[in-house]
Amino acid sequence: MVNRIDEKFRMLRKQKQKALITFITAGDPDLLTTAELVLRMEQSGADIVELGIPFSDPIAEGPVIQEANLRALAGGATLVKIFDMVRTLREKTQIPLVFLMYYNSILHFGEEAFFKACAGSGVDGLIVPDLPFEESAELKELTEKYGVYQISMVAPTSCGQRMERITKQAKGFLYCVSSLGVTGMRTDFQTDFDKMFHTLNAFSDVPKCLGFGISSPEQSHQLRQYGDGVIVGSAVVQRVAQGRTEKEKLQSVAAFTKALKESLLD
Amino acid sequence: MSRGRFGEFGGRYAPETLIAALEELEKAYGSAIKDPGFVKELACYLNEYANRPSLLYYAKRMTEDLGGAKIYLKREDLNHTGAHKINNVLGQLLLARRMGKTKVIAETGAGQHGVATATGAALFGMACEVFMGEEDTKRQELNVFRMNLLGAKVTPVKSGTRTLKDACNEAMRAWAARADDTFYVLGSTMGPHPYPTIVRDFQSVIGKEIKEQMLRTEGRLPDVVVACVGGGSNAMGAFYEFIPHPEVRLIGAEAGGKGTDTPYHAATLTKGEKGVLHGMKSLFLQDNDGGIMPVYSISAGLDYPGVGPEHAHLARTGRAEYLAVTDREAVEAFQYLAVTEGIIPAIESAHAVAQAMKTAPAMNREDILVICLSGRGDKDVHSIAKYVGVEIGEQD
Repeated sequence: MVNRIDEKFRMLRKQKQKALITFITAGDPDLLTTAELVLRMEQSGADIVELGIPFSDPIAEGPVIQEANLRALAGGATLVKIFDMVRTLREKTQIPLVFLMYYNSILHFGEEAFFKACAGSGVDGLIVPDLPFEESAELKELTEKYGVYQISMVAPTSCGQRMERITKQAKGFLYCVSSLGVTGMRTDFQTDFDKMFHTLNAFSDVPKCLGFGISSPEQSHQLRQYGDGVIVGSAVVQRVAQGRTEKEKLQSVAAFTKALKESLLD
Repeated sequence: MSRGRFGEFGGRYAPETLIAALEELEKAYGSAIKDPGFVKELACYLNEYANRPSLLYYAKRMTEDLGGAKIYLKREDLNHTGAHKINNVLGQLLLARRMGKTKVIAETGAGQHGVATATGAALFGMACEVFMGEEDTKRQELNVFRMNLLGAKVTPVKSGTRTLKDACNEAMRAWAARADDTFYVLGSTMGPHPYPTIVRDFQSVIGKEIKEQMLRTEGRLPDVVVACVGGGSNAMGAFYEFIPHPEVRLIGAEAGGKGTDTPYHAATLTKGEKGVLHGMKSLFLQDNDGGIMPVYSISAGLDYPGVGPEHAHLARTGRAEYLAVTDREAVEAFQYLAVTEGIIPAIESAHAVAQAMKTAPAMNREDILVICLSGRGDKDVHSIAKYVGVEIGEQD
């Protein structure tokens, strides 16, 4: 079976479009809202949705997503319930879904059981920030067996050789970290993207998406020239947090998604 | 499998943004420990500044009272800053200086490691920021002020459970943003590779000294070495030299809190499951969905839901035993050591004393038991008073 992520990028490249990847934390504030948000983001132009799996200690996240994790945990979100939600969502949408989660959640669920549930419910990829390249061999066999991609990350500080190894074996898309530190909204970037993408493109043709700190349509408009798409997380999560009612959350996220998608068009 | 493994535990489960910094650290450490100049300089600071070697004291009254093994105390409480933490801090700060870093950050639970880092930073003229759970800043106000006196900035951490584990999260997040000029002084034998190895090596001076002192006074190795275990740095330091000597029994005392049959404890090796947190695969106390559990102990220094990966490995292979000591037993040992030997131990170290009080009486009189007395208890006097129901008024 073709992975939905590959299919999506094949289509986008054919149409000469950039991908918009939006992130929300699953279960923030509850799973029914999460499912609605996924559908609304898709209608508003999101190409891929990342679902954050709530964890007690999300060490790669800034304050906005940390708080979303706490809200989701307080709301009773668990992996089992999130898989149920994905299964239900799959009756309505074929948008590629990627889990962003910490390795402990996979270990605790049981590695094989976890991948089985991913494949069975319709999860296409995984981003595991605390499972870097050197340790990722632990899951490699399972990612292949179940056709669920582990999305690799590169950072501005990743050294040349390492960047090459990571990029060459990347599946689905390569997550290019825009700047150092944790997730969260930033006003400017210090990284030399021309150089970074020049290097990465020479290594492999795999789709490359830029994330960490992108918080406005102006920024995504500027950054669209690099790679194949942008990932927007904290700025979406903040809109979920600020909406006072479910309706307000949905409207605000939908309007923001639409603006982001338009910013990616030439 | 990656480097930095202790059996299946350890590894480097860190975000990509930290990998370059960890590789730089690994390389710098590898060259430093092979450099006789570095080793000599560290020894010099340990001896001239930190008051090493620390005494190995024969606790005669305690030995006679308990009526079993001869008990020796390894007096890490007599080090400058009052605990073993300074051993590791001096090593890491010399390494930081060698790497050209001008700023340091650290996490702290009870404040011991924060105070030691602030001390070393003052000594070497480095800017220092210490992350401390907000809950711990309240429990250990005195240490917060002490760090401020030493010129360090203390940043209260308000995320999660607002204790040591959250301070670690925040220190790692901060380091990911600032690793170009900032060195992360990690305080225990935990975290992503190479930290568990670096901290163990710098703390192994404890066990090396015990061995030398023991051979000098008794002409043989001890039969038992007991140390308290939170993250596990003083225990790893005390044990490491003896690992190749199977005749030496190694016992770690972890925080049993209100009992391991209650939810209020931090007994990771007794009750933990395999997991990954803070860059390492080890044992962690987890809830039904793999969330890291809030932990409890009367001792802020043992109040950690995980344990260093090498301890997890020593437990798995049976080379060391780990037993839980309750708050009550630790407080009794705290009081006992004060009246029996005139030594007030840190409440963390009192866990080791309590375990020794159970182990020693069952041993023969010619046997020898060493307790690693990792720190002094001045900082705990207030909380012990509270525990036993004595009100101590604030002095104006």
